[in-house]
Amino acid sequence: MLLAIASLAVLGLVLGGGLSLAARFMAVETDPLADELETMLPHLQCGQCGFAGCRPAAEALSAGKAPVTLCPPGGRALAARLADKLQVEVDLDEMDREPVVAFVHEERCIGCTKCILVCPTDCIVGAPKYVHTVIADSCVGGGDCVEACPTECIEMIPVAARADSPRNWTWPMPPSPQYELSQGAE
Amino acid sequence: MEQYLLILLSTVLVNNVVLVKFLGLCPFMGVSNRFAGAIGMGLATTFVLTLSAALSWLLEAFLLRPLGLSFLRLITFILVIAAVVQFTEIAIRRISPVLYQVLGVYLPLITTNCAVLGVALLNLDEGHGFTMSLLYGFGSALGFTLVMVIFAGIRERLELNEVPGPFRGAPIGFITAAMLSMAFMGFSGLIR
Repeated sequence: MLLAIASLAVLGLVLGGGLSLAARFMAVETDPLADELETMLPHLQCGQCGFAGCRPAAEALSAGKAPVTLCPPGGRALAARLADKLQVEVDLDEMDREPVVAFVHEERCIGCTKCILVCPTDCIVGAPKYVHTVIADSCVGGGDCVEACPTECIEMIPVAARADSPRNWTWPMPPSPQYELSQGAE
Repeated sequence: MEQYLLILLSTVLVNNVVLVKFLGLCPFMGVSNRFAGAIGMGLATTFVLTLSAALSWLLEAFLLRPLGLSFLRLITFILVIAAVVQFTEIAIRRISPVLYQVLGVYLPLITTNCAVLGVALLNLDEGHGFTMSLLYGFGSALGFTLVMVIFAGIRERLELNEVPGPFRGAPIGFITAAMLSMAFMGFSGLIR
């Protein structure tokens, strides 16, 4: 019994020690800037930036392949801090753009299918010479269709916040603690 | 010398781990979508299998049997295999980040690849010596790699063909694997 415990414990120690040595000597050099940027990101791993998670997003930021305004959950504050860190100029007013989706004004639609061809998410349904419409749930608000439409019948309209479509999340500001305290005191 | 060649031939073709003994089917179906991934998986498994076959034989011969602890075989072997896999993961991450991305979750899953434990146990069952064990592990791993590569090649071609709807994806993969297994039965008369 004791022998069994001791031999397994020794074996575990030897193997564990060997592994930690291996991990130290074969450590992968990671980009220190990316490490630092990763700690600044919200770690939601939501993918709204178009990367597979916060780590790839941080690597793209560090390589200068992504704008500092990439993170919707981080919002304006994060963009400001990232811009500060990376020493880049950024127009923060762009950040407050509401989420929008395309909307087809049906009385002007001639059924030309040009918007369908340019839509990256295939969210416009319709056929030649039939009035088109937009599946709002799938629309990412890119606005390519607005450019493509020959009759200017597509408009980008603000969309109401909905819990089931993450890109539409807009949350009300929490009430400030001071306000609540002062309310409680009265 | 002759018996060493025979055991290599036997483990690669006649007693192939995947298609004849049906061990290690998880990576066989899981990582065979892409040719490059299949080769990487085969090489990683080769490294792990050979090393763990040798290490587990050494442990059994010099630790477990002398101390009368042979009942700890399973847990000890799993421990060794897990450590070797972990080491392989560290090494691959260092050597080839692309391969690391391609193999993904299947790399740590080599730990639970039953071929690795199976070969270590079969070695003891058949009373192999150290060199025999090493060759048996290496041969089995070569057989595994060979089958992975063949199967990945077939599957890449299958992707391009018009497979009837219900069979698309995994089902046609399983049917192909069955046919491949039957083809490998043809080798059973190779060595008497």
